[in-house]
Amino acid sequence: MAGKRLGKQTLRLSSPPSVISNATIVGPKEGEGPLAQYFDIILKDDYFGEDSWEKAESKMLKEAVKNAIKASGRSSTNINFMFAGDLLNQIVSSSFAARDLQIPFVGLYGACSTMAESMCMGSLLLDGRFAEAVVCATSSHFSSAERQYRFPLEQGVQRPPFAQWTVTGAGAAVLAEAGNGPYVTHLTIGKVLDFGIKDANNMGAAMAPAAVDTITAHLNETGRSPEYYDMIVTGDLGKVGKTITLDMMEKEGFEIQNVYDDCGYMIFDAEKQDTHAGGSGCGCSAVVLNGHIMKEMKKGNINRVLFVATGALLSPTTTWQGESIPSIAHAVAIENTIGEGI
Amino acid sequence: MKTKMSSKQYEEYIKDKLPKPKSFRNCVAAFIVGGIICDVAQFISNTAKGYGYSQESVSSITAISMVFLGAFLTGIGVYDRIGKFAGAGSIVPITGFANSMVSPAMEFKREGFVFGVGAKMFVLAGPVLVYGISTSIVIGIIYYLFGK
Repeated sequence: MAGKRLGKQTLRLSSPPSVISNATIVGPKEGEGPLAQYFDIILKDDYFGEDSWEKAESKMLKEAVKNAIKASGRSSTNINFMFAGDLLNQIVSSSFAARDLQIPFVGLYGACSTMAESMCMGSLLLDGRFAEAVVCATSSHFSSAERQYRFPLEQGVQRPPFAQWTVTGAGAAVLAEAGNGPYVTHLTIGKVLDFGIKDANNMGAAMAPAAVDTITAHLNETGRSPEYYDMIVTGDLGKVGKTITLDMMEKEGFEIQNVYDDCGYMIFDAEKQDTHAGGSGCGCSAVVLNGHIMKEMKKGNINRVLFVATGALLSPTTTWQGESIPSIAHAVAIENTIGEGI
Repeated sequence: MKTKMSSKQYEEYIKDKLPKPKSFRNCVAAFIVGGIICDVAQFISNTAKGYGYSQESVSSITAISMVFLGAFLTGIGVYDRIGKFAGAGSIVPITGFANSMVSPAMEFKREGFVFGVGAKMFVLAGPVLVYGISTSIVIGIIYYLFGK
């Protein structure tokens, strides 16, 4: 095992799996945002032809997985495992999709960190030679998340300016032991942190410390500097969380502003689309990674990315009981070439 | 991570990083929209009076009409937009009460008429009813004991 674990949290994959294909599906609002050109399918109707939002979300996930597998050139019987999770109670979007897909399934819950979490688990199985190809996926839906966590849609309320907008979207990636890259080279598994934020509208502030902790751990344990990466990107901290992360990273002694961005901040035009602090939800980092980032990597415009998906591990019950919001962040280093740097 | 902060310290630390709500703009919007809703109610009230109804009937007619308007505007998907603009201006009047009943009823229709519409309809309005009725009972007792 020597050499595979760097420090307490970071793992170096000795045979880095390759991300061989990706797929994304987004809702109409995301399709009007600044990253629209990168998404494979933009839905005209967020019901996706179903009669409930939960079914629509599950269908998005299922279609994203199917499309990613199709793009990989493999048949679904050659995909050994599916790792997926979502925000709905008992992760029904994922398990209902897995019911139809009939791929051996591991359901995960990491809230909005699920895209990174699923890629971590999938990569480990591939690196351990327990699989030749796996699919990692996640989804979220504005309307199914709103009704579970917040208010009915038609309720006339004002959202605070730091609130975020749950992304309607699903993203999937097929990872395989052999391929031409981009490669998953390092994983940093996050710790659960809680700095005491209790307002469920203030997710960015709740999750920022977890992101800072994981990024710091990754840089320290790999010995890499922030400039090693063309892009360090957090999942869904939004404008508020992004500002806090930058400031806290500086306190930690890392200047990351030249390479740092946030998927939640990138996916919407906050002014035009009235999304306040930005996007959130599992689907947010999933569609930005599998859409924007992977396409730019395959074009060679960016070569090294540290993808840090962040999750707020709360439930409506804990919020009503006045509990604070524990958060987590997992980091996945994705690189076009293996063996450069450390 | 080297940084350690207590909840209080963190709250203090992020204070100036949170965007401030536009309180003045919100107050003006609430005042205008709340005022318009009251004007509409007053118009209905005056009209009913003009038809010669008793004061008691006029109150009922006005309340019923406003609840209907709130419910109708919720049903056609307009009230949430008004609410987003006006905030408390459209929550406080009785139309806001109608909105808080109709919006969950619409949302949870998919779960059926018993566990969905029936059970969830009062999810927002319930607390208002419970504490509204409780308060009126307390006031009633005080009035009975010390009134007159």
